[in-house]
Amino acid sequence: MKILACISVVPDTTTKITFTDNNTQFNTAGVQYILNPYDELAVTRGLEIAEANGGTLTIVHVGKADAEPVIRKALSMGANEAIRIDAEAMDAQHVAEEISKIAEGYDLIITGRESIDYNGGAVCGLLGAMLGIPSINVVTRIDYAAGKFSFDRDIDGGRETVSCAGPCVASAQKDLCEPRIPNMRGIMAARTKPLQVVPAKTSGGYSQYASFELPAPKSGVKLIDPSEAGKLIDILRNEAKVI
Amino acid sequence: MSVLVFAEISDGKFKKAAFEAVSYGRQVADLLGSKVVAVAIGQGADGSELGLYGAHQVKTISVGEAFTADAYAAAVHGVANEVSATTVIVSNTYTGKSLSPRLAQLMGASLASNVVSLPDTQDGFNVKRGVFSGKAFAFVNLTRTNKVLAITPNSFEIKTFGESAQVENSSVGLSNSGLTIDAVNKVTGKIPLTEAEVVISGGRGLKGPENWHLIEDLATALGAATACSKPVSDMEWRPHSEHVGQTGITIKPNLYVAVGISGAIQHLAGVSSSKVIVAINKDPEAPFFKAADYGIVGDAFEVLPQLIAAAKN
Ligand SMILES: Cc1cc2nc3c(=O)[nH]c(=O)nc-3n(C[C@H](O)[C@H](O)[C@H](O)COP(=O)(O)OP(=O)(O)OC[C@H]3O[C@@H](n4cnc5c(N)ncnc54)[C@H](O)[C@@H]3O)c2cc1C
Ligand SMILES: Nc1ncnc2c1ncn2[C@@H]1O[C@H](COP(=O)(O)O)[C@@H](O)[C@H]1O
Repeated sequence: MKILACISVVPDTTTKITFTDNNTQFNTAGVQYILNPYDELAVTRGLEIAEANGGTLTIVHVGKADAEPVIRKALSMGANEAIRIDAEAMDAQHVAEEISKIAEGYDLIITGRESIDYNGGAVCGLLGAMLGIPSINVVTRIDYAAGKFSFDRDIDGGRETVSCAGPCVASAQKDLCEPRIPNMRGIMAARTKPLQVVPAKTSGGYSQYASFELPAPKSGVKLIDPSEAGKLIDILRNEAKVI
Repeated sequence: MSVLVFAEISDGKFKKAAFEAVSYGRQVADLLGSKVVAVAIGQGADGSELGLYGAHQVKTISVGEAFTADAYAAAVHGVANEVSATTVIVSNTYTGKSLSPRLAQLMGASLASNVVSLPDTQDGFNVKRGVFSGKAFAFVNLTRTNKVLAITPNSFEIKTFGESAQVENSSVGLSNSGLTIDAVNKVTGKIPLTEAEVVISGGRGLKGPENWHLIEDLATALGAATACSKPVSDMEWRPHSEHVGQTGITIKPNLYVAVGISGAIQHLAGVSSSKVIVAINKDPEAPFFKAADYGIVGDAFEVLPQLIAAAKN
């Protein structure tokens, strides 16, 4: 079985987001980059399924060379090989187009539910449509048995169970698994694992990020005395008018 | 040319998100000088209801409600062709998030999710969307002729137009999906978190799952949904579906009440777009007070019973 895990490289979750150049560029100064938390789950579950079924896991990332430490991290978790498609990712559509060019022959493709920077949540569905295969969003379980993949996925107000024969693409949601922490052997082995760099084949052109904005700051908290807490309900009803 | 809106049906009724999307779609159509058509896939809902929210026309596909992204995207694409739609609006619910990328691909359209503004069409077609998990917004120019916009639930006021919509069956059917749905488990009688207007949320400060009746009682009294911080769902005090924040669900209710939650940056990311935020924490230095509109510095176990009593009043 061949499994492909798509990874994005994102600012650490504690990053204070700011912009430069008149709010047109994300300020990368001092930013620590990490493997997108959902993609950690994609890689981990991909590995577990590959190991249980005598398969392999390939990592793919669309991005420039500065992402290689994070790609190596995914390799150190246990992936067999990695492909870096050498392009500045423009948007989810550009990323999916590039990945679709190398995605033939995989039985299962796993992405994250969304990247925590641009939050498109789109690569899974886009890949499904590009490759003409089922896409299963926000999965909390992936199992493989008797030639079929079975998934639990979050739906509005609940959860459902779906199945299909591969190939298919699924996006990882929290609860899928516990992210695997690389051990020393894995870290050593990752240094020499194949990381193939392939040239980009498309140029994007679906959208352009023109500028950014931070949420308006709060004007300051209005404190209510804890001994008169019930007053809060009155304020929410009559002043804020939200209940 | 027209604007097409995917009007989501759940349990035989249009969702509130469907009315938001139709009313938003009508405003986009007015901006572009075109008409707005809604497509409703499923049974039970009365398509003519959508006229009130601005639909000129409603196309129905009367099949069972079982949603699969591939079959629904093909059907909506079929209707988009039928009514010559270049812009399609969906709500960014779980269903909408599954549908919109596949649809965008079929239409060769530019896609924007988490949309929180009407398009600005002065110079191209620009929308504002949430990025960095609620920590910022981006203005993005959608450069393709066709566009798919997935709008953030609870971000737009539902406008009424008081007109009647012409309802007809679409000639488009629902094709078979490559996916088999084996089981569906919906929690009935509970308000889905992403659609709730009021959310009461608890953190580690509540000490244990046995105290959650306080959160639930307040939620019931206010017709609210319940949520929690990450450690609370990690420790399985609460189901993971309630976990809000950067690695959980992003929500945007009218009122978010955080009880015993410190206000870590990753938590705030998922809730800071809420219209009004209340923080209840015994520590006056808790970071949540900086992000809140109202606060009570006090012990949750003393404050919550007072709030429940007042809310029931
Ligand atoms: C990669 C990553 C992703 C993350 N994603 C998320 C996320 O999506 N969502 C999320 O929530 N967190 C997330 N976190 C965790 C986050 O950093 C915090 O650890 C978490 O939000 C803290 O939860 P808490 O406020 O419930 O608990 P604590 O930080 O333990 O805070 C408990 C609070 O309760 C107060 N308290 C205690 N007793 C009482 C009482 N009797 N009455 C009133 N107040 C009381 C305390 O003063 C304290 O402020 C993430 C962390 C990482 C590293
Ligand atoms: N540059 C990238 N290279 C490879 N995979 C990516 C990239 N960007 C996003 N992805 C994958 O697509 C998922 C969803 O990303 P997005 O649609 O950007 O929210 C991520 O969790 C990754 O699995």
